[in-house]
Amino acid sequence: MTNQLHDPRRENRYTPGLETRGSHGSWRGYVIGYVLAILLTIAAFAIAPAKNMAPFSIEAALVVLAVAQMLVHLIFFLHISTAPEQKTNILAFTATMLIIGIVVIGSLWIMSHLASNMMPMDRVMNMQR
Amino acid sequence: MSVDVATLDSHPEEDHVLPTRQHITGFGFYIYLLSDGILFAALFAAFAVLRGATDGGPDSHALFSARNALIETACLLTSSFTCGMAMLACDRRNRIMTLVGFLVTAALGVMFITLEVREFSDLIARGAGPDRSAFLSSFFTLVSTHGIHVTCGLIWLMVLLAQFLGRGFTSAMVRRFLCFSLFWHVLDVVWIAIFTFVYLIGGYL
Repeated sequence: MTNQLHDPRRENRYTPGLETRGSHGSWRGYVIGYVLAILLTIAAFAIAPAKNMAPFSIEAALVVLAVAQMLVHLIFFLHISTAPEQKTNILAFTATMLIIGIVVIGSLWIMSHLASNMMPMDRVMNMQR
Repeated sequence: MSVDVATLDSHPEEDHVLPTRQHITGFGFYIYLLSDGILFAALFAAFAVLRGATDGGPDSHALFSARNALIETACLLTSSFTCGMAMLACDRRNRIMTLVGFLVTAALGVMFITLEVREFSDLIARGAGPDRSAFLSSFFTLVSTHGIHVTCGLIWLMVLLAQFLGRGFTSAMVRRFLCFSLFWHVLDVVWIAIFTFVYLIGGYL
């Protein structure tokens, strides 16, 4: 197998100045991320069926574990960092998180109010008769 | 360590350098992935709102198998890891390891999809298909949107590998692999939310 990168006949197929070597983190970073993600997954699946905990605290623990695992993925697999050269990425990411928060929390909030202000279904049925 | 995710911001010491094609494509693809996140957020919101709307049909406690979800999680998480390994091999221009890494990624992706299709057909056979209740409609929409993304990713990866066998490490090829790996990692992040909110909180609480 020839090393195509240094084959002069193919040199024109590379964009000048485009250097991508060594830009995807390190072998160690992926292994650390993978191990952390496995531990967090196992923790989540172990906590969920617990009988001696209040449902609310299980739910809170699961949400915390999920957020932690998402952060592990973002940091170790997607290599999102707070480095100055990633300012635009972080801005776009933060704006997206804001929209996601508005969509999810807003929907739940509005729909729960709507549900509690709804007339019970049997009374709706009676009015239609 | 240099810039990891493609970005339009240049290094402080390289202010005169224009963003390369890879940076621009990578940034555009990153924006697409964020918008995909908003799509999934809307589907999650619908699922959360409709969770109790079972219309007398089976609810989430009766239907979901955490064991199946755990195996699916293991497949997807490991495939995300092997995808990262393939990208490292791609950085080092190691042809064999890139190919092996992406083939393992694809095999694990196929396993994931097989498990999901089996689970769906099992639910439909038990009379809990997407037409049974609003809760099941939202469940099938959310989880199968993710599954369709994974399937498209697998087709995309097969096309990329066919191109790669013919062309080797051209700059366009490396750029496409970069976009694919971003896509694949983000699908794994979405799956974390699915197994937590649908299978664990929905199945047990």
